[in-house]
Amino acid sequence: MTDPRPDGLTPSQTVGPFFAYVLTPAAYDTPVLFEADIATPDAPGERIRIEGYVLDGDGEPIVDAMLEIWGADGEGRYPGAAAEEPGRNAAFRGFGRTEVDSNGFFAFTTVKPGPVPGPDGAMQAPHVSLGVFARGLLKRLSTRIYFEGEPGNEADPILSLVPSDRRRTLVAPRTTRGADAVYTFTLRLQGEDETVFFAV
Amino acid sequence: MAVRYDDASLAAHPPSLAPDYASTRRRAPSQPLIIIPHTLSELTGPVYGHETVRPGDDDLTRQHAGEPLGERIIVTGRVLDEDGRPVPHTLVEVWQANAAGRYIHVRDQHPAPLDPNFSGAGRVVTDAEGRYRFTTVKPGAYPWRNHPNAWRPAHIHFSLFGPSFLTRLVTQMYFPGDPLFAYDPIFNSIPDPRARDRLVSRFDMDTTAPEWALGYVFDIVLRGRDATPTEEPHDD
Ligand SMILES: [Fe+2]
Repeated sequence: MTDPRPDGLTPSQTVGPFFAYVLTPAAYDTPVLFEADIATPDAPGERIRIEGYVLDGDGEPIVDAMLEIWGADGEGRYPGAAAEEPGRNAAFRGFGRTEVDSNGFFAFTTVKPGPVPGPDGAMQAPHVSLGVFARGLLKRLSTRIYFEGEPGNEADPILSLVPSDRRRTLVAPRTTRGADAVYTFTLRLQGEDETVFFAV
Repeated sequence: MAVRYDDASLAAHPPSLAPDYASTRRRAPSQPLIIIPHTLSELTGPVYGHETVRPGDDDLTRQHAGEPLGERIIVTGRVLDEDGRPVPHTLVEVWQANAAGRYIHVRDQHPAPLDPNFSGAGRVVTDAEGRYRFTTVKPGAYPWRNHPNAWRPAHIHFSLFGPSFLTRLVTQMYFPGDPLFAYDPIFNSIPDPRARDRLVSRFDMDTTAPEWALGYVFDIVLRGRDATPTEEPHDD
């Protein structure tokens, strides 16, 4: 059933500074629905940590941002899209949410996605979609985290749309810390080395 | 072919930079957004439905030992997409100040009383027709430091998923006739007054429960689900 075509989209408004007690309520009584660690045991793929800071146009940390990620599993399957293969990555939800801490720092633990299909039959390099919400952001900022050293980065159809001198803002350098693979992704919302954001 | 939804409707959203809302000045990107085709990464999305809510999450007046102070209200509406299709079984997260205009958030310093019987956090899931409904108290206006004597109109924050990562929406619902609208740079960041009005709920006598609570209706329109590269352009 379809209603008459509505007048238009409901406009976005800022998440404001006071979202934590429902959206990221670890410090409150509200049950936590969404976590920063989404690497379920059944998800194929390398366990990785993605961490960094969220900075404003003065390079100052933003201390009241919320970040959300959406990514495929290590075999390039998005949850839901994999529903036809019961038993495979059933627990992996692909979606994570966290708030930054009082230093503007965030960290996710997930699996490194495999390549996923892109436009016109091209494959996309492994990437995680990222949404940024904060006081002062009237609408979500959308970007993507790519991974240093991936052979597909060069030909990735989305990265190719980004001016070459700005692509590096989307490609997270890899380090290891003990046994952990750590990718660092710094979000600079404005100014020098400003992170590339997408209209989606 | 590369799929991309018609994005003319995105003009309903505020720009990233709205200088009257001071916090946008150092947080809005200065570079233009880069338009990308909608791939599987945008067209899929997390699915959270009934398993995420507990009984009582939809009644913010019954989450504590006693009842909160304030004007009890029922808020209901439908979540639709741009083509008028209901968005069923999708999670809606809501949060708000109490009747005195105070949030329980640790950083809220407004010298208005906390209400021990009110947290202001709710979760509901839309039904098969996209309908949601929750009970709460009407939030109070509250001051903020954006400009001298700045006050936010009373509002309830909404967070919705919809069927894909690109349908994600965070917004605020307002109440009809609020005298603070004209002074609020967040509300007025929306360029089109008709789009702005879509954030104002409507008082509804049919929703109003006799001897119990006033009713407000707030419908929410998310981006369309279907790729429309072959469809005729809409002439509205
Ligand atoms: Fe608010």
